[in-house]
Amino acid sequence: MTLGPYASFIVTSYALVAAVVLILIVWIAIDYRRQKERLRELEASGVVRRSGRSASDIR
Amino acid sequence: MTLIDLANPTKFLSLTGRILPWLAAATAILLVIGFYQAAMAPDDYQQGATVKIMFIHVPNAWLSMFVWGVMSLAALGTLVWRHPLADVAAKAAAPIGAAFTFLALVTGSLWGRPMWGTYWQWDARLTSVLILFLMYLGLIALWRAVDDPSRAARAAAILTLVGALNLPIIKFSVDWWNTLHQPASVLRMGGPTLDRAFLIPLLVMAIGFSLLFVTLHLAAMRNEILRRRVRSLQIMQASQQAA
Repeated sequence: MTLGPYASFIVTSYALVAAVVLILIVWIAIDYRRQKERLRELEASGVVRRSGRSASDIR
Repeated sequence: MTLIDLANPTKFLSLTGRILPWLAAATAILLVIGFYQAAMAPDDYQQGATVKIMFIHVPNAWLSMFVWGVMSLAALGTLVWRHPLADVAAKAAAPIGAAFTFLALVTGSLWGRPMWGTYWQWDARLTSVLILFLMYLGLIALWRAVDDPSRAARAAAILTLVGALNLPIIKFSVDWWNTLHQPASVLRMGGPTLDRAFLIPLLVMAIGFSLLFVTLHLAAMRNEILRRRVRSLQIMQASQQAA
């Protein structure tokens, strides 16, 4: 596979898409951990939902 | 589980927990196949190897509009049916849609430089997509500016529906005005004009990126539901401390 004289444009495009998708995945994964951690901290401090169920248990 | 059951955030969380790993695996497999097919696709007789940019530019461009369409349906869900997950869906989709639109603009620009001789042209297609990107940013800013998510949801829903007027302008801009951008070559009356050697990898990539959106969107919706639970527990904690 040869990319010809415009290889830098093609490689930059693919690298940029990979980087942005990776950033989205990492951002969503970190946000999920952060929200679960905050819920655990709140429940540990004695605050519970009106239903009485654990807010951090999503199964 | 019926569709009505999904209106319950707890049941929605339970479902996403079960299907997200499968969706992520299907997305990864399709994208690996798509990238391989894109790498192996022949050069175009006019564009040479730069045609490979099409395999990532077009799915991102499609998704930039599709995500706004999803947000518009969610906006109707907020305003008309007051569905509990509608504004969660709209809020979670906005940053993902903004990312796809950004990628459509930048990859289009990187494709345009060698083919058109310029990175940017203020023509109808490019300008209307830039407006779409700015609308995504405006919507994200609106969600962040209003503290109460249910109050923000109504304003965001109205803005989303107004912004949906831009979607047909983007789609038909290449037919209505004289633009540098090529006319539609896949979703058009009379069928695609692309050769199978390009069409099949493009469709695989489009399905792969669409599944990527579904996966990211469900995961982001799960985060948003948890964020709202954090908020309501914090309010309860504050009221307990005040009492």
